[in-house]
Amino acid sequence: MERHFAVLAVGALLVLTLVTGAAGVPAVDVSKSSIIVTFRQENVPVDAPFKKFNGRIDYDPQHPGAAKAAIEITTGSLDLGSEEYSAEVRKKNWLDATTYRTATFISTAIKPGPLGHFDATGILTLKGKTQTVTVPVSVARAVTTTSFDGELQLSRSYFGIGDPEWNDVVDDKVRIKFHIVE
Amino acid sequence: MRQTVASAGYTRTAITLHWLIAALITAGFTLGATMVDLHISPRKVRLYAYHKWIGITVLALVLIRCCWRLLHAPPPAEPMPRWQMSAANLAHGLLYALMICTPLIGWLYSSASGYPVVYLKLWQLPDLVSKNDALAKVLVQVHGVLAWTLFWVVLLHSAAAFKHHFIDHDATLRRMLVWRRG
Repeated sequence: MERHFAVLAVGALLVLTLVTGAAGVPAVDVSKSSIIVTFRQENVPVDAPFKKFNGRIDYDPQHPGAAKAAIEITTGSLDLGSEEYSAEVRKKNWLDATTYRTATFISTAIKPGPLGHFDATGILTLKGKTQTVTVPVSVARAVTTTSFDGELQLSRSYFGIGDPEWNDVVDDKVRIKFHIVE
Repeated sequence: MRQTVASAGYTRTAITLHWLIAALITAGFTLGATMVDLHISPRKVRLYAYHKWIGITVLALVLIRCCWRLLHAPPPAEPMPRWQMSAANLAHGLLYALMICTPLIGWLYSSASGYPVVYLKLWQLPDLVSKNDALAKVLVQVHGVLAWTLFWVVLLHSAAAFKHHFIDHDATLRRMLVWRRG
């Protein structure tokens, strides 16, 4: 058990180092960025934002293939619009936000596409499970900022989020839409 | 005199709408009063959906009923003291206002809380306002007050109907029951 925690601690440190990165390199501007989960219950689409996350995307338009991304999300910050529901989703059978405080995405390969687009492949860690995902990302550069937009679809059951009794009401497929500005 | 007899009843359409709406309001109100105190469960989510569908149905039927009423004047009232006539007119006005405002505010609340209405799980209704937590908190209170006001006015309306039927022995209730013409 202690060893398990030690591994977790080292892992968390490693992620943090990756996320905060070297001094001077711009990090994600959380106030301008958003990571929004869209789930469907009784076919009603509900947008729920994560209020806390941070990360870094190293992106050089001259060498898009060398880009790197690391995002860390505080799982307990998911806002379902009412405290009653937000508290519910932090519980063990959902995100288990006390045991698994963060969810991370660490890129492993970037495949440049047409101008302003790339496919980011990386490892997503959520509720103690990992999944290799590939997300199409579009890049928009302004004078001082760069924004990255994309969307991916996950399966709740794969990550063990939500008891099976909910499956008739809440869709298994959950979309995550991100708008990252740095 | 003949004319009074001929127009003494409501049209079948008016009678059908009246009782259909009465049944839906009873169901919607009972559901609403019960579901709010339930713990989060798939059942609760389903009941909320049914409650919203009922509310939207009431809203639509009441609007149809208003149009019908404009085209088909209701039969003249039974002879009664002037204060009773004024009270009846006031109560009917209130009923129409509440039958429109209660579901409408409910719909607004749904929109403001970020949970759009998907009628019968098939059609997503447009959001009347964008997501706004502070506004949602006010709207849910207003919705509750309107629903309870509607409850009391419906009770008064039924009590008056029974009074006319059993004490005054007039045709006030009967004309909403007798199936006479199209």
